[in-house]
Amino acid sequence: MNLIEIVSILGAALAVSFGAIGPALSQGRAVAAAMDAIARQPEAANTVSRTLFVGLAMIETTAIYCLVVALLLLFANPFRG
Amino acid sequence: MIRSPLESHVVFSLGPMPITAPVLTSWAIILLLAGGGWLLTRQLALRPGMAQAAIELVVETIEGQIRDTVRVAPGPYLPLIGTLFLYIFTANWSSLVPGVEPPTAAIETDAALALIVFAAVILFGVRTRGLGGYLRSFAHPNVIMVPLNVLESITRTFSLVVRLFGNIMSGVFVIGIVLSLVGLLVPVPLMALELLTGAVQAYIFSVLAMVFIGGAVEDDYPRVTAE
Repeated sequence: MNLIEIVSILGAALAVSFGAIGPALSQGRAVAAAMDAIARQPEAANTVSRTLFVGLAMIETTAIYCLVVALLLLFANPFRG
Repeated sequence: MIRSPLESHVVFSLGPMPITAPVLTSWAIILLLAGGGWLLTRQLALRPGMAQAAIELVVETIEGQIRDTVRVAPGPYLPLIGTLFLYIFTANWSSLVPGVEPPTAAIETDAALALIVFAAVILFGVRTRGLGGYLRSFAHPNVIMVPLNVLESITRTFSLVVRLFGNIMSGVFVIGIVLSLVGLLVPVPLMALELLTGAVQAYIFSVLAMVFIGGAVEDDYPRVTAE
């Protein structure tokens, strides 16, 4: 196992682990805000949850970009020769 | 070594063209949806039977969602959005059939779906506003925003691809890894979670497609009217 493979594996693990922190925190905040809104105004639950789902999908995309970068490093690494 | 999720398994070759497993599954799903739709709508009655009532419920729910999301008449968009939703939903849930991998776990399928949305946005935008009006909508707040708006319409298509691919593929991947560690009953909760993710992703893909089309169609900048 040469240096490039070791660095790639480390890079993939770091990309996913650190890339998951931001989306996790922000998704938590978004869900908390939506819960608060539904508790205050239960009749708006439909609109709030639809917007929440779309927003969560947007936030989640950043985590998925990290996953794709990790997969590229592991399976389609351009530097492995 | 686990098989790379970025390349797909070739089943057989049709002349010089290799046919992969996701293509076969897509064909099966297309046949199933088209055949099912044809069979169910062959005898439509004014007093609906059980099957007709069920599909009317589906169509009306999608129609209501379109109306709630972008507040336009859902008529011209219902065929595209409904087909996108039903196809992605069926594709994501096709992993219920043993031995079948969802075709949306291959990046090519998702790229094709997102390109359809990309073309539909331009088509609906030009049809509603005319070519000049649609092009002018890129310079919406200011002319400086033109490169950013053009860039955005490309990156959001790319993010549609990556979102669907990442969600479905990671589910398949995780189930595969757990299955290779512990075979019996342990992957079942993960599979249930994957069904939930599949349904949510189908919903999100069609809602986002509708939001993009709605953004191209609606007149969001105030016209100067001679009063």
